[in-house]
Amino acid sequence: MDLITLSPLDLSIAAVLVLALAIISWRLQLGVEKRLLLAALRSVIQLGLLGLVLKTLFAQSNPWLIGLLCLFMLVVAGYEVMARQQRRFTGPWGMGIGTLSMFISSFSITLLALQLVVRVEPWYTPQYLIPLLGMLLGNTMSGIAIAMDNLTHNTWLQRGSIEGRLILGESWSSAIADIRRDALRAGLIPIINAMATAGIVSLPGMMTGQILAGSPPLEAAKYQIMILLLIAAGTGLGAISAVWISSRHLFDERQRLRLERLTQSNRFS
Amino acid sequence: MTTLTLIQFQSHQLEPIDMELGSGECITLSGPSGSGKTLLLRALADLDPHQGEVRLDDQPQNRIPAPEWRRQVGLLPTESHWWHESIGPHIPAIDGTILHNLGFEDKCLEWQVSRLSSGERQRLALARLLSNQPKVLLLDEPTANLDAENAQRVEQVIQQYRQDSGCSVIWVSHTLEQRQRVGERGYIIKGNRLEPEAWT
Repeated sequence: MDLITLSPLDLSIAAVLVLALAIISWRLQLGVEKRLLLAALRSVIQLGLLGLVLKTLFAQSNPWLIGLLCLFMLVVAGYEVMARQQRRFTGPWGMGIGTLSMFISSFSITLLALQLVVRVEPWYTPQYLIPLLGMLLGNTMSGIAIAMDNLTHNTWLQRGSIEGRLILGESWSSAIADIRRDALRAGLIPIINAMATAGIVSLPGMMTGQILAGSPPLEAAKYQIMILLLIAAGTGLGAISAVWISSRHLFDERQRLRLERLTQSNRFS
Repeated sequence: MTTLTLIQFQSHQLEPIDMELGSGECITLSGPSGSGKTLLLRALADLDPHQGEVRLDDQPQNRIPAPEWRRQVGLLPTESHWWHESIGPHIPAIDGTILHNLGFEDKCLEWQVSRLSSGERQRLALARLLSNQPKVLLLDEPTANLDAENAQRVEQVIQQYRQDSGCSVIWVSHTLEQRQRVGERGYIIKGNRLEPEAWT
């Protein structure tokens, strides 16, 4: 089966639908039409650029350029994690914790997958590395963002109880243990749900893509299984590191709760 | 015997404090709202960053692990916080006598925290703190939400604990009669200075 290529005209049909949605949003005064169009425009430009960049990269296979792109993806994901926090850490910690956690989880799992599972030669073959890393970063990003937001938000709300526990002589990690556990759970639930309903309720995006591109369904399914399992492991690892580092940084060396290390609430801004 | 020694101790906007609190001694603290009484107690319990030195006996604060320090220098905040559903799990090593003297029966440990009045919470918070057997008590208006009868109970329980354990106390109170009744000497915050309070 050959790949059916899409013409700009084909894409514009899909675009007209989004435009129609924007008009409906405007008529119903939902107030999301501007953001909807802007986001749609962003995705068109970003994906178009990515296609161009990957085309060049695939042709060259230069490890330095590939590394640079990986780093760029990591930094953008780190920024995105920070932007989704209602209360973020001040200073370099704000972006640092999310970025570091994603580096630990996504990069190590991608490397592991390339070396032990897919076994491509060389391991940095961009056709495999970039999509794998992208999937892992994109998904661990959500998990880490949810877990960190949950942690800082609940720490703020329950600061009285945390200090109450400190006053009675509990250690910082015991005083925040419940909140930490809830935060981890919140970060992991989306991927657990995704795994539980995969193939029944939802046909995962990557598998859909492969099938549309002409892969045999069973091959596509095997790749999707690998990706889902890797994402689950990566999200767990990333969320655990992010929550551990964040919760440690909420306390100082004398185990005092230091909420001034968080910025003011910025939801709805 | 336990003494709490402050050497050029500085919390928040207050000027540095030198003070010695002997074993079993009770000093009172007063001053206008917002003058830094609560912040001073929080700094002594090592909940807020501060400058200068505070020693328990001959041990400087930073030589004792923070959780251990807070168990020995017990703070009773104005507002108590609870994190389990019922009272019992908060007070594993409860002394029944203290509960009785505060006007509770043993079965109060099964009560739901959400159904307690603010006065009950305040008294139970004292029982919870005393179950740690602190060597120093930092009391932030311990009778603020209580009626006369319960306020008297609280005063008696604290005085009894002082006698039995030789515990030293810093007691924040807004009423002069109470300060004179419970304390051996008093301090008052004027501006940003801690001064001895004249009781005549």
